[in-house]
Amino acid sequence: MTCEEMLKALNAVIDSEQALSLYQEFAGHLEGCNPCQVVVDNLRNTIQLYQAGEHYPMPEAFQNRFRDALKAKWLQKFPLSGISLTENHPKAL
Amino acid sequence: MASAVSLSNSPSGPVEDGPAEELRLFRQARTGDFLAFEGLVWRLQNRVHALALRILGPSRTHDAEDVVQQTFLGMIEHLEDFREESTVAAWVLRIAANHALKILRRERVLPMQPYEESTQESFASLPHPSYIARWRNDPADLAQDAEVRQLVDKALAELDDNYRLIFVLRDIQGLSTEETAHALDLTPSNVKVRLMRARLQLRERLTRALGDPATRLIPDHHHGEDHPAEASR
Repeated sequence: MTCEEMLKALNAVIDSEQALSLYQEFAGHLEGCNPCQVVVDNLRNTIQLYQAGEHYPMPEAFQNRFRDALKAKWLQKFPLSGISLTENHPKAL
Repeated sequence: MASAVSLSNSPSGPVEDGPAEELRLFRQARTGDFLAFEGLVWRLQNRVHALALRILGPSRTHDAEDVVQQTFLGMIEHLEDFREESTVAAWVLRIAANHALKILRRERVLPMQPYEESTQESFASLPHPSYIARWRNDPADLAQDAEVRQLVDKALAELDDNYRLIFVLRDIQGLSTEETAHALDLTPSNVKVRLMRARLQLRERLTRALGDPATRLIPDHHHGEDHPAEASR
């Protein structure tokens, strides 16, 4: 396997979707190719960094009007659902 | 006094093992059960909000809120249209991605058409890694650094829309290749090519900033070519 072939196969290895035979070929290349080892490591770090940084909670100030909009829409679709636009409901989950 | 139904953020973050519970809540909601629908919203709203901010850019808070609202309003309207061919989350994220895309297209005066598939892309023209070095720190530690967070957001925001969307859905939101392809009307093979391009571009950008220059390596793009025996290993 060449570096070029490894580049094309990177997704499969990063995502662990690879067939065993491809993985063995890939591992054989990595064993003797330090730059490719580091690239694979960099790619995994890149994905982990984005996954670790996934913190965008909904702003509190938006919650009330969001909920009101949902209730109004729900009442249009299910007018007999018994919910009220002004009442809160106990969480039954 | 009964406590209000809370759509606020879960203190413990996203709920795990969600798909089965989300499907249960969805089926219950489809019968007209608003509480079940709210439970579903509570589980998915932060993911939708994050998706919107990732696609639009982290400073677009009002637009992201608009995407959240339009997504769940649209979900109410189209409850009957979900055929359970994907997870509920994948279906909702697809709606959200389309709303965010509409905003982008409106701004960039792009034609309002489905996310287009390019038949020209292939793995053949992937950019080769240029700056190769080990990172100075672990990603989990780097994620705590505000400057790094800015860099990470900026790098993602500057990716081409075609690549950013796929990276966000596939690598950040955790959709499968097939779910991402379905969400964006692409073939799985096209998703894979674009995902690889996105990953390589982000790797290059981040490694130039976060790599340790002392460990820098010079790539040998022809390595392996003169050793046919290696290819058969």
